[in-house]
Amino acid sequence: MSEIAVVARPQAPSTGRFLRRALRKPLGVISAAYLVLLTLACVLAPLIAPYAPLDEDLTHVQGGPSGAHLLGTDELGRDVVSRLLYGGQLTLLGVVECVAVLLIISLPVGLAAGYLGGWVDRAVSAVVDLLLSVPGIIVVLAVLAVFGSSMTAAMVTFGVLGSAGVIRVVRSAVLSVREELYVAAARVSGVTEPRIVVRHILPRIAGPVIVQASLFAAIALAIQTGLSFLSLGVAPPAPSWGGMVGEAASLIDQDGWLLVPSGGIIALTILAFGLMGDAVRDATVEGWSARSAPAIRTVRRSASVPVPVGPEPSDDAVLTVRDLSVSFDASDGPVTVVDRVSFTLGAGEVLGIVGESGCGKSVTALSLLQLLPPNGRISGGRVLLGDQDLTAMSERQIANLRGKAMAMVFQEPTVSLDPSFLVGAQVAEVVRRHDRVSSAAARRRVLELFEQVRLPDPAGTARRYPHELSGGMAQRVCLALALAGRPSVLIADEPTTALDVTVQAEILGLLRQLRDETGMSIILVTHDWGVVADICDRALVMYAGQVVEQAQVGALFREPRHPYTLGLQDCNPQRWTGDGDLPVIPGTVLPPASWPTSCRFRERCRFAESDCGLTPIPLEHGADDREVRCIHWHEVAPARSA
Amino acid sequence: MRTLIIRRIATAIPLIVAVTGVTFVLESLVPGNTARAIVGASGSPAAYQRLRAELGLNNPLWDQYWQYINQLVHGNLGTSVFTGEPVSTLLNQRLPVTLSLVLLATAFCAVVGVLLGVISAVRGGIVGRAVEVLSLVGLALPGFWVAIILAAVFAVTLRIFPATGYVPPSASVSRWLWALTLPVIALGLAGVASVAKQTRDSMKDTLAREYIRTLRASGIGRRSIIWKHALRNGAIPVVTVLGLVFVSALSSTVFVEAVFVLPGLGSMAVTATSQHDIPVIEGIALYFTVLVVIVNVLLDIVYGMLNPKVRRS
Repeated sequence: MSEIAVVARPQAPSTGRFLRRALRKPLGVISAAYLVLLTLACVLAPLIAPYAPLDEDLTHVQGGPSGAHLLGTDELGRDVVSRLLYGGQLTLLGVVECVAVLLIISLPVGLAAGYLGGWVDRAVSAVVDLLLSVPGIIVVLAVLAVFGSSMTAAMVTFGVLGSAGVIRVVRSAVLSVREELYVAAARVSGVTEPRIVVRHILPRIAGPVIVQASLFAAIALAIQTGLSFLSLGVAPPAPSWGGMVGEAASLIDQDGWLLVPSGGIIALTILAFGLMGDAVRDATVEGWSARSAPAIRTVRRSASVPVPVGPEPSDDAVLTVRDLSVSFDASDGPVTVVDRVSFTLGAGEVLGIVGESGCGKSVTALSLLQLLPPNGRISGGRVLLGDQDLTAMSERQIANLRGKAMAMVFQEPTVSLDPSFLVGAQVAEVVRRHDRVSSAAARRRVLELFEQVRLPDPAGTARRYPHELSGGMAQRVCLALALAGRPSVLIADEPTTALDVTVQAEILGLLRQLRDETGMSIILVTHDWGVVADICDRALVMYAGQVVEQAQVGALFREPRHPYTLGLQDCNPQRWTGDGDLPVIPGTVLPPASWPTSCRFRERCRFAESDCGLTPIPLEHGADDREVRCIHWHEVAPARSA
Repeated sequence: MRTLIIRRIATAIPLIVAVTGVTFVLESLVPGNTARAIVGASGSPAAYQRLRAELGLNNPLWDQYWQYINQLVHGNLGTSVFTGEPVSTLLNQRLPVTLSLVLLATAFCAVVGVLLGVISAVRGGIVGRAVEVLSLVGLALPGFWVAIILAAVFAVTLRIFPATGYVPPSASVSRWLWALTLPVIALGLAGVASVAKQTRDSMKDTLAREYIRTLRASGIGRRSIIWKHALRNGAIPVVTVLGLVFVSALSSTVFVEAVFVLPGLGSMAVTATSQHDIPVIEGIALYFTVLVVIVNVLLDIVYGMLNPKVRRS
């Protein structure tokens, strides 16, 4: 028993942590301080208020702010500050009553629904749904009509009605906490259920509950002041914030000043409750939620792109990439994730980019069309399509090339299509974007494209939504989308990884057929050597943002020269003979920020020597049209047989 | 889809029963109840007892409720204690005012809020900051106070809009809109902010989706991506918020109609409350509940139109 508890005892998050984080938000602190001071001032009104709330001074009627009356006097010469302080007692009391009722109901009920589940949960949910549809204010008015002018009755009623929303929040918070490891561990080690609730669950749901209570306090205040504005629940001449707004409103054509202190204190107090809630919420979600930047912004480029010194593009190259570097903005400055990658792509050629996750192959592919996420940018090098330099183009010019000169298909076909539109309509929109034809002609072209990607029932498929397609069919639709602009280069980022094995083979076959039919070149990003062997002419092996080896596929399989290539090929299950364990490369790819300047594979390399850690390793261009980034590559090839 | 709507309407029935039940129980709690109100404080105890018997007030509560529901089904909401007129007549006269107000306010929130939200999602910067500030202000300023300020500035001082009163659209559409402009802004300010915030969040979320990248990779232009694809997919949570905006605008009519002296259900609820006119309050509660139910059903239909997974299942 104790063993299990020891194994599965992750730390319960400390109770005070999010409160401390909340206190680091200046707005939250100011709001909380304001509320405390306001409450104190109102409670102590009999001691600190300069005048009694009903003291009339008919010689100072509607006097503006002055030394004697800091916020002026009203139409009967009563001091505004004093009336605000006394009036606040009733208002804040109403808020407290309302929030207290809210918590007294919603905490136990929400806990019970979330913790017990079953029929309790279903019954609670039904009642909650019901309460949420009740127009609360009318019920409050009905209560006021019945119970004369009892503000307490009104606020209690409002608290009851408002508890529905909070019950929901508590319930879902409890549901998510209940299954966490440390709660399970506590249960296994024999802690009683009520103790689990008090010790482990309550602290965790305190954050969301404080947020809800705080936001609800803001609403309660608005309702309380609204009711007293309508002279419901408070009888004049007793001071109340809402009533003071009402009195000021009746003087509106003479003097607007009195609206300012009365409305101002209501607005400030509501704001304080709201901001305090926001601060607590931000503090509770901090740590796991990163602010996401808008995704559709022009890709930034560094001001000075270094002029590459590599060879000029050869004439038959469709695409020439020279010293392409990509960096991402991290919290502590830019991090280079793709480091001076160069390659050329001939017409009709299929080039594989191979490596583990985190090696920069997908980022390289995305950067060609400048589809990097907003925090990423091309930080160096050139991408030449024919003789046009894409890195020197504006976002608008690039946008005109996308789909037309170069198109792309992605790993997860089912989420790569807009779920809200028929697939036929989506492809038709792309067709019309490129061809500028009538919608009837576009529909015909869609059917042609669907036939080209061997979709069995083109017309029927066009009338389906993405969620009605299988993965294989969706990938064919994505291919049709990519082919719509008749691109000369197709970039396929792990196009078969998410698919069943049989479907993988079909899609690869289709890619080969399409290459043969259209003569387009293909860049295929993959981690699967089977795919490389199946379809690629040449392959680029990437490790930690760098090209480590480049060769024709045949040569690469016959004689891998980089230890990483060798290691990857060895741990390919298709080559594994079944004797002993499946070989693996020890360790993982390090995160980009910790890549060394010397050999980046050294830590995982069984050929590593002391000289590997001294200087950056250059990419060696062999006479046999091969490239390798290893100073010991002569020792690698013989090791294959060993 | 159809079963979804039918189920939604079916779940409305317990809601209506619950709301009428609550107001009915409240009515029975009235110390000076209906009979007392009719007879008046000076009426003789005998007359009071006779009327109680006549009105069935001596019967068990559930029996009285059953009677009440029976009458409801036949469109009889009782009579106003104060004016003696049938409640349904009173309410039907005032319904168009409140409906105009709330529907216009919701439309105003939808148009302005979505516009602001999309701009701040795509550009951030000043508009984004403005939406932040607006949502704080919209949350903080109580509707009745905004209403008074608007009336003070635009009606009393600048004399651009009328300060009070209502013109039915059948009389003049332009004057109807003119009379409702300030109340609609007062009702909608908070809603604009919450719609803008929700639109911004869900647009940001949608713009980061893979299909947006696919569309960009296929050469689809920025305008189509933002206004057609991202907005369509980001609209579902916005529709939910619009439903909430409708409900909260409906509640706020209680305050705003009072400020602008509009002859709607909200101002009537206030009057009825101070006059302890329970049958009228009951009637308004029922009307509001039915309106909320109708809006929920409409929302479900809109969800279905926006989300093919719902529509086609």
